[in-house]
Amino acid sequence: MNIHEYQAKELFKKYNVPTPRGHIAFTPDEAVKAAQELGGDIWVVKAQIHAGGRGLGGGVKLARSTAEVRELAAQILGMTLVTHQTGPEGKLVQKVYIEEGADIKKEYYLGMLLDRASEMPIMMASTEGGMAIEDVARDTPEKIIKVAIDPLTGFQGFHGRKLAFGLGLPVEEIGNFIKFASALYKVYMDHDAEMIEINPLIKTGDGKFLALDAKMGFDNNALYRQSQVNEMRDLSEEEPTEIEAGKYGLSYIKLDGDVGCMVNGAGLAMGTMDTINYEGGKPANFLDVGGGANAETVAKGFEIILKDPNVKAIFVNIFGGIVRCDRVANGILEATKLTKVDVPVIVRLDGTNAEQAADILKNAGIANIIAATDLADGARKAVAAAKGE
Amino acid sequence: MSILVNKDTKVIVQGFTGKEGTFHAEQCMAYGTKIVGGVTPGKGGQEHLGQPVFNTVEEAVRATGATVSMIFVPPAFVSDAVMEAADAGIELAVIITEGTPVKDMMYAKAYAVKKNMMIIGPNCPGIITADECKIGIMPGFIFKKGNIGLISKSGTLTYESANQVVKEGFGITTAVGIGGDPIIGLSYKQLLPMFEADPETHAIVMIGEIGGDLEIQAAAYIKEHITKPVVAFIAGQTAPAGKRMGHAGAIISGGSGTAAEKMAALEAAGVKVVVSPADIGKAISEVMGK
Repeated sequence: MNIHEYQAKELFKKYNVPTPRGHIAFTPDEAVKAAQELGGDIWVVKAQIHAGGRGLGGGVKLARSTAEVRELAAQILGMTLVTHQTGPEGKLVQKVYIEEGADIKKEYYLGMLLDRASEMPIMMASTEGGMAIEDVARDTPEKIIKVAIDPLTGFQGFHGRKLAFGLGLPVEEIGNFIKFASALYKVYMDHDAEMIEINPLIKTGDGKFLALDAKMGFDNNALYRQSQVNEMRDLSEEEPTEIEAGKYGLSYIKLDGDVGCMVNGAGLAMGTMDTINYEGGKPANFLDVGGGANAETVAKGFEIILKDPNVKAIFVNIFGGIVRCDRVANGILEATKLTKVDVPVIVRLDGTNAEQAADILKNAGIANIIAATDLADGARKAVAAAKGE
Repeated sequence: MSILVNKDTKVIVQGFTGKEGTFHAEQCMAYGTKIVGGVTPGKGGQEHLGQPVFNTVEEAVRATGATVSMIFVPPAFVSDAVMEAADAGIELAVIITEGTPVKDMMYAKAYAVKKNMMIIGPNCPGIITADECKIGIMPGFIFKKGNIGLISKSGTLTYESANQVVKEGFGITTAVGIGGDPIIGLSYKQLLPMFEADPETHAIVMIGEIGGDLEIQAAAYIKEHITKPVVAFIAGQTAPAGKRMGHAGAIISGGSGTAAEKMAALEAAGVKVVVSPADIGKAISEVMGK
């Protein structure tokens, strides 16, 4: 789960990670009020969406008067912002963050994430502030300094010194940097974060460090104990069908092909997509119905898959282990009564009681249910059906 | 022969009296696994499925001599259960539970390493040595005895592969579901040498997926140390970047952890990599020279 910049900065403030002052605004009037409260003579109006690249897309603008704050807020609120992370359809901006202007002397990058190789959180810093870290990693990896932090002992001075000297900071600024980095580590650990990105981290004229931007993502499995973070969840930033699927214990991700897939188990679900691709088709989605593929979950699965108008055939691929295939077959028949399915459904059931399942489907005599003998056969039939063959 | 577990392995269940623990413990016993007891704090002294229940793992180990624990406790209690097992001298903890926070696994695994306890999982189907011992939730009947070792991040792909291997006329020595979380216990790199050393295992199937670099580490290891043929499939060739594909660890982040890079690394290490998971069985036939 991700949160907005302004929310991440709220968490930062509680942990004394310095950020510029700012207020959230949902209307141009609120934006002006926010600017007046902040005072000063320069403000930044920032679109709040869950995607990077907002500046380039026109979602971050500088205002030199409150009149300009109003004008820019009016312009950005309600716009559909397209960045390299939103996809071509973009994202609707529903709120702006009004922030005081900052005296930027130098921009850096500072981030944290789980390093799966060392199985520890790592902190990464770079002098290439403002650039996408993926590009820096690809083109000039030597400009990224990384430290793995053992969670058993926590953030130590040497971690901070390694980063600070790596960034080429003068000795008198190192203390400030270490204070910043050590507070950031606490924000990460205390909230079960899986990612923090500050891009840019800025150094001001008087040698202080400020998080000019803030991006945070969290471990979904830990949300049960992170009530504060949970309250920050903005469902309007998430895919509605994915949320709906989640309510029924299904894991769904929409793709752009035309062969719908319904599978038990995440690995087999990915493998099914790959098989469809291998057989010359394109998967319309990832869908893991989980361990208990019963009539209700299968019906819901059909419903969600068929919300996508591109779907021309559905491949149901279930490997019955503890779940018996005859039950799944009955579930499929039941599901076609609950949800109208008007595309060909190719069904491959293997594992426990597969033969009984095949008989159940055959005896039902439903024209658009086509039985498949194995994974490859099912994928081939589904691809052919989607092509109208 | 086999790896890690066999017909003599003594197993306790943490979360023994819960719904999942009960159902699967019963299935394991029916398969032939020596479940010698279980732990449910507060229910010590009772009997469940004909076996003693203990309040602590320490008591259970002392009374039964168990060396393996199968863990079914809810996600919030996994790290506690793992550390308790490690502290009590358990040698291998098999964590079936799905949904453990990463931070908890980070602490639990570090503690287990310190105490010399191996972990399988979390979020995995467990481990099975054909016809001898099943510790987990897999349908045992698929795993006919034979000479193929199996290591997989995915549950249903484990069943799918085992089924194909059996249909080709082969069978399984031991199959290990290592789980698809960002932090897991035993991985390919630790399991491959065990299969290499097992005289009954003649070839190895390895199922990976997008995210992380365990398959890349495996490729480097295979190149240097593995002489037995290896067949591999990597799930998620068609997965979009930045999306979590069901498993917590199955995500291409920052452009790395793709199926393509893993497949290339394995191929370069001499592994027979199949593009479609439907070809795993056939590939085993080929490398076994049948």
